[in-house]
Amino acid sequence: MLPSTEYSRNAEVRLDSRFLRNVLLKGIGLFLICNWLFAIWNPGGLGKISLYNHLFPGRERFPFGENPAQSYNLSLFDLDAMFASHVIAGGARPADEYRLILIGDSSVWGILLRPDETLAGQLNAAGLTRCGKRVHAYNLGYPTISLMKDLLILDEAMRYQPDMVIWLVTLEAFPADKQLTTPLIANNPARVNALIRKFDLPFAGLSQPTLWERTIIGQRRALADLFRLQMYGVLWAATGVDQIYPTDYPRAQVDFETDASFHGWNPPLLPADALAFSVLEAGARAVGDTPLLLVNEPMLISEGENSDIRYNFFYPRWAYDHYRQRMAEQAQRHGWDYLDLWDLLPDKSNYTNSAIHLTPAAEALLARQIASVLTQKTCP
Amino acid sequence: MALAFILASIAITLLCTLANRRRGRTYLLMAVSVLAVYALQPALPIRFLDFWLPTATLTLAACGWALTLPAAGQDWKRDRAAALLLVGIAVLIGLTRYLPVSLPLLPSRPPQMSLVGLGLVISALIVALLIRYGRQARLLPISAPIFILGMFIALKCPPVTRQVSLLLRALNHQAIATANPLDIRWLGFSYIAFRILHTLRDRQSGRLPTVSLAEYVTYVIFFPTLPAGPIDRLERFVVDLRRPAALTAADWLAAGRRIVLGLFKKFAIADSLALIALNATNAWQVHAAGWMWMLVYAYALQIYFDFSGYTDIAIGLGRLLGFHLPENFNAPYLKPNLTQFWNNWHMTLTQWFRAYFFNPLTRALRSAARPLPVPVMIFLAQISTMLLIGLWHGMTWNFILWGLWHGLGLFFHNRWSEWTRGRLAGLARPWQKALNFGGAVLTFHFVALGWVFFALPEPSASWHVLLKLFGLA
Repeated sequence: MLPSTEYSRNAEVRLDSRFLRNVLLKGIGLFLICNWLFAIWNPGGLGKISLYNHLFPGRERFPFGENPAQSYNLSLFDLDAMFASHVIAGGARPADEYRLILIGDSSVWGILLRPDETLAGQLNAAGLTRCGKRVHAYNLGYPTISLMKDLLILDEAMRYQPDMVIWLVTLEAFPADKQLTTPLIANNPARVNALIRKFDLPFAGLSQPTLWERTIIGQRRALADLFRLQMYGVLWAATGVDQIYPTDYPRAQVDFETDASFHGWNPPLLPADALAFSVLEAGARAVGDTPLLLVNEPMLISEGENSDIRYNFFYPRWAYDHYRQRMAEQAQRHGWDYLDLWDLLPDKSNYTNSAIHLTPAAEALLARQIASVLTQKTCP
Repeated sequence: MALAFILASIAITLLCTLANRRRGRTYLLMAVSVLAVYALQPALPIRFLDFWLPTATLTLAACGWALTLPAAGQDWKRDRAAALLLVGIAVLIGLTRYLPVSLPLLPSRPPQMSLVGLGLVISALIVALLIRYGRQARLLPISAPIFILGMFIALKCPPVTRQVSLLLRALNHQAIATANPLDIRWLGFSYIAFRILHTLRDRQSGRLPTVSLAEYVTYVIFFPTLPAGPIDRLERFVVDLRRPAALTAADWLAAGRRIVLGLFKKFAIADSLALIALNATNAWQVHAAGWMWMLVYAYALQIYFDFSGYTDIAIGLGRLLGFHLPENFNAPYLKPNLTQFWNNWHMTLTQWFRAYFFNPLTRALRSAARPLPVPVMIFLAQISTMLLIGLWHGMTWNFILWGLWHGLGLFFHNRWSEWTRGRLAGLARPWQKALNFGGAVLTFHFVALGWVFFALPEPSASWHVLLKLFGLA
């Protein structure tokens, strides 16, 4: 650092209180102008700038994690950054690749599973070919349960020209009242509103962020997350770790209270407008001519206390049975390719910490089931 | 230290600066520093320990002053106000127990006033006894440093610290099963101890200026330097303290630049590098040598920017208060050899060890009846100095290995310099530059490899990382 006298001589300024006041005022002024310009300019595409797929290998699944220091991964809501960090964004699609994308919740993302143990990983390990091409499955699951969140990801994923989409769903993703409440949805109001308009969905739009929320100060958390995601690329590349793998954790619940309600609804039937089938319809429209396979994902069917009332922690039997019936009706009505695998793996030994989180072995069984369906389909 | 706390420190410093008149300046700085001693102390699981440790800091400072009083005696009247202020602040902090809201002055509720009173009476008695008999007691100049060394061991040696925790928990009727060395974290003790030891030693050698209680306590616990130094010298510090602090615009600018630079170094660079720096978990997870080097580099840079950032903030805050605190870092990673690295890394610590350990030891070895060969003397002095610096960070194997690594490095550099002195003197300038550049690269990597021992608590993990770095694991 220059001594003050030298500084003043070099800069040819009088170093007095007036100079200091001007420095302070100019600094504050520049800070305010930068914030204002940032808010006006609204650089939504910042997330597209990524070190992944360039300096670091792309991630096998979307960034998600509550303990970044140990998982080298974090949850953020910038969809561009999520895709830019994913291996699917890593350059042009190879000519011999049959691009299969998997959409869904935490069971697809693979809580407690290493990337190669997830459904996508198991499908890739199977070495499938389809229509003369090598099948490459991309894990685009994200650990919150909502069809609207799935639609948001699916709509973006279509840019990557998949040959086929497999969308795994479960009843918990359907309640209409939770479609716009998941953090990923709530933090992407512009994209969500565009989807609502595009597919004429029966939801009120989300409110847009205020000018203050769009400033650098308002966006500081999002910007910091963006930066941290890039930094954790080093540890992802160095270790291949993207979540914490505890040796011990609470197993999926098998004993329940005598509660038969589901999201405030009671037997015998779910209300007609309770489930957001319109989002599923929007998804089917979003993929266009690309083949779409809807899968009702496997779940734990408990044999514990009050299992005559509930299948598992998530679902009372009446609600789930009604959902399956309606899902089958909708699939038939719209001509959807639908695979109901709800009872493929009923035993608790197939599940880890939740009624929908499969063990690696169970995930392999599910992959085998889906692979057999895939190979039976004719090529266009 | 959290950003919020640093910003609060800056605000308090600015308030002190505005009230910074000659009259009462020392008392104001002492009072703020005393409050900082309590406020910066981390919360501890042992009941009331986060009140007693700051109180012990003040007692130690007062004891240090008592032991460094000149033989001619002291004008007690001059120091009465400072003593009352010290006790008064401790009492006021104790009284916050009875407030309906908790103040950010203490991490948890202070003990009952009767206990606070008892503690302060005991502290006052100890100080009074030292004032009365300290100078006559022949063993005190030796026993005081030994006492401080004992406290070092109690705090820095995990098995001993755990025993202390067990004892304190038992006395408090708290669960002993959860006793942990981390139960006893005494903020700033190391730096406080260094300052007190320096004054004790310099009093013995007759080099210490006579200072008042307020000046001495302010020196020992000066709040910008409390958590992370630098370690100033008393004779230099009191010059600034006694000089009226008339800040010029240049001072404001220099202080502002230094604080902003420090904040940027610490919170933008160091904290970002911390995300990817080598640690005990990722040391075992990395699968390729190249990435392992990346993590080691990140750690090397993180520790530098973190520490030098804190130092910049401390120096900037000091400047606002009219103090020219000593520098602690001077581009250490750009130095062409290990000796220069240590002359520019944590400079005030190395100067302290040089003055109070390395030089006296070397003198003693040289003046022995049968002096050892020079290389052996250098080896002994350098290894033991670096070993001590390692132990200062913690009495565990990893710090011992780190100290030995640097001790050996310094010894080999010394021998290399000796050997090349005549041989490389006539080198052309470009060659000299190339040699310096190569030396800087080599030195940085030597230091970075040393950080592997420093960063990882288990030597087995360090060994694994070293093997991995060279593709052997």
